[in-house]
Amino acid sequence: MSTATAPVPGGPAGADADAPGGMAGAVRDWWTNVRGGQLGSLPIIVGLVIIAIVFQTQNDRFLTAGNFVNLIVQSAAYTTIAMGIVFVLLLGEIDLSVGYVSGVAGVIAAVLLIPDGNELGTGVAIVLALGSGVAIGTLHGLIITKIGIPSFVVTLAGLIAWNGVVLLLIGSRGTVVLQDDLLIGLANDFLPEGVSWILMIAAAAIFAAIQLNEVRVRRKAGLEHDPFSVIGLKVGALALALAVVVYVANEDRGIPYLLLVVGFFLLFWGFVLRRTKFGRYVYAVGGNAEAARRAGINVDRIRIQVFAICSFMAAVGGLVLASRLRSVDTNSGGGEILLYSIAAAVIGGTSLFGGIGHIKSAILGALVIASIDNGLGLLGLGSGEKFLITGGVLLLAVTVDSLSRRRQTQTGRA
Amino acid sequence: MSDEALLELRGVSKHFGAVIALHEVDFRVPAGCVTALVGDNGAGKSTLIKCVAGIYRIDGGEIVYDGQPVNITHPREASALGIEVVYQDLALADNLDVVQNMFLGREELEPMRTLDETKMEARARDTLKGLSVTTIRSVRQTVAGLSGGQRQSVAVAKAVMWNSKLVILDEPTAALGVAQTRQVLDLVKRLAEQGLGVILISHNLFDIFEVADNIMVLRLGQNVAEFKRRETTEEEVVHAITAGTLSKVPGMAVDETSEGVVA
Repeated sequence: MSTATAPVPGGPAGADADAPGGMAGAVRDWWTNVRGGQLGSLPIIVGLVIIAIVFQTQNDRFLTAGNFVNLIVQSAAYTTIAMGIVFVLLLGEIDLSVGYVSGVAGVIAAVLLIPDGNELGTGVAIVLALGSGVAIGTLHGLIITKIGIPSFVVTLAGLIAWNGVVLLLIGSRGTVVLQDDLLIGLANDFLPEGVSWILMIAAAAIFAAIQLNEVRVRRKAGLEHDPFSVIGLKVGALALALAVVVYVANEDRGIPYLLLVVGFFLLFWGFVLRRTKFGRYVYAVGGNAEAARRAGINVDRIRIQVFAICSFMAAVGGLVLASRLRSVDTNSGGGEILLYSIAAAVIGGTSLFGGIGHIKSAILGALVIASIDNGLGLLGLGSGEKFLITGGVLLLAVTVDSLSRRRQTQTGRA
Repeated sequence: MSDEALLELRGVSKHFGAVIALHEVDFRVPAGCVTALVGDNGAGKSTLIKCVAGIYRIDGGEIVYDGQPVNITHPREASALGIEVVYQDLALADNLDVVQNMFLGREELEPMRTLDETKMEARARDTLKGLSVTTIRSVRQTVAGLSGGQRQSVAVAKAVMWNSKLVILDEPTAALGVAQTRQVLDLVKRLAEQGLGVILISHNLFDIFEVADNIMVLRLGQNVAEFKRRETTEEEVVHAITAGTLSKVPGMAVDETSEGVVA
């Protein structure tokens, strides 16, 4: 997946004054950036490798095709919720309510789909569940911007209130078992082998086409572009990584539909953040809200939209969780969901101070958290050890980030 | 130097309640010249530029721009007229790169409503080149990594990119070292050479004598003196700043002491 592009310096923007340096120049630039403290995704990939080695030596079931597919399914809910968290962190805000907002969405869908004679169609129930997420986020955003209460407090109130809504919606039922095949299939069905291969090849080809088109456009405008050797390496690395994922998954049950869901949101939000005015303004407001305001940007509107996106992604995560567990109950949205989702975004490299981060950090961070959770589970350790170690990793990730930023200051890049 | 003023303030007054910030100020800014606006703290310099920038509405007098009387009530109207202000804090987002900052709020779009990065990068590069800003290695580096002088250059380039005719610089060298100040002063001179009207607000008389063509002195909200740089001395300007003759003694008409006059 996106990890494949990590060994190459920061994307097309990495073009330098001495771009004709080719592959050697590109590698040299990348190393200069790393030494200057711009580590990119390097620490987290090193971390994932270490996690894999440690768990594999302790229990040889960790690196099996079956467990690999489990990991994809287990991390998917954290990934989708963390994507929303990345947006609020980019603004320098926080949303503490995502756990129970995901619970509200999951319960709404499950309750609307109870086959009691007046159940709704699956599509309608899903739209209403996701819509409730958008409505909740818009409400949070309006309170934060129009009344001027810090997001920490508003979403803390939301954490309590939406927990109440989950309890009220479940009512005396205790547990609502999901009986809708389509929604259950979301987290429990797998792509046919052939379809996975076709999608994999299509993804690599589209990526290559986008890269080459960028070179063409930049050449026409007389700007520097990445050398072809670097583009070839990027495309090759992506294709190889995707092929490994598809091959390994096909050894077991195949690629889960959830991976397509996660992949879709990764591409979609990545596009929104990199290629649209809205995305640019999210970074601008997070970096310097006053500058954004003076540039004529409606800062309040951006904030409200971002909170709506965050709660929407929480609702998506709620549906994923409901589907994976095949039921919702009074605990839906509780437990470690909130903490793991925020930790995933931060471990993935999104700054808590706003303006710095990528949507892919949600995936990388969630993968780390799910790996630790999964690996410790295989070793038969309980929640106590899990939380202790996950907390340690979170602290380590923030420390690496903070040290690399100090390094950037020293080398005049921050 | 032409006699035709790009911007002319005629008897402009501005008061906040009973406090008189500007009292019948006359001010001419010709195109192609650097006009320095000097005065002690609280002399009304900031109020004056905020009136021109559309942040404050004037209470009396008139503003003539490009030969036409204008009524500027919003910063956007000032921008539309080609008036750009570079404030002291520069208003740059550290986490965005040079191109992204220069186009913030006015991004170029492709037909599909996506950002046209190529067009923006090329235009940003050309604008910087046009201003002979050579110290910025790559327009794709974040502003966080730039020196104070480079940041000032980016802020100025951002201001002049939009067919501006009048650029107002608020204390552009206040936080800079010697070499950086040099860079920025050269840039200020080049703006005037390109035919723009430049208003330079500064406390630093050395800078002003370096680049300004005309020097206008404000004291306690009134204009007390106007000099041609070639025909005056620092002593004369300092005297005007601290003891220039006032047409209206503060506290005479309204019940306020001189401290009540705000910047």
